[in-house]
Amino acid sequence: MTAAVNIRIQEADFDIAREITALTKERSDIGAVVSFSGICRGSEDGTSIAALTLEHYPGMAEAEIARHAETAMSRWPLSGISVIHRVGRITPGENIVLVLTASQHRQAAFEAAEFLMDYLKANAPFWKRVEGAEGAGWIDARDHDEDAAARWIKS
Amino acid sequence: MRLKYFAWVRERIGKTEETIEPPAGVRTVEELMAWLAGRGETYAHAFETPRVIRAAIDHAHVKSDAAIAGAREIAFFPPMTGG
Repeated sequence: MTAAVNIRIQEADFDIAREITALTKERSDIGAVVSFSGICRGSEDGTSIAALTLEHYPGMAEAEIARHAETAMSRWPLSGISVIHRVGRITPGENIVLVLTASQHRQAAFEAAEFLMDYLKANAPFWKRVEGAEGAGWIDARDHDEDAAARWIKS
Repeated sequence: MRLKYFAWVRERIGKTEETIEPPAGVRTVEELMAWLAGRGETYAHAFETPRVIRAAIDHAHVKSDAAIAGAREIAFFPPMTGG
């Protein structure tokens, strides 16, 4: 069976259960599905967040996520990958990003999900602007996200 | 070639995109940033710390020494905070 890779960038929220069903239906070879969802927190570095606005680079964002998905497919035996990244205005408690990985056995699904998130954080062209109690501003990238992505590079 | 700007790079320059023709001597991403910085105060402010600016040519990340010849679209942006 060929593996399915679903990548979407959208303003609308996603339904995790529905996405898992879409990834796994009519397949008898999937024994493991791992799900990661990133959620908007209520505070950043001690100050409360009213909302995040996510900007992205249309065209490159899809291409970059697709490249990472392709790398994951070549490194792990996966039956499918879904990545959904929201853009636009998002308030605390709301979903931001979903990564689903499906495989026969759990190790590949767990590792591929972590790999995809580390790479997404470091390389996917999205930028978060935060509105908080003390005004609005752009969130700074964290060095540890680039380090997390680097640890997946094979020597 | 088309240039695109994102996040605070876009805010400082005051444009989302523009089409430019850099002079012949501007060969790399780094040289392009330096040339852009000289075009006015808003550009100078955006590119005042070149090492924090990231670039992509035709939708792929590149380093600052990458050649710009043949590029259709070059984008400049701060380090990413997606995911």
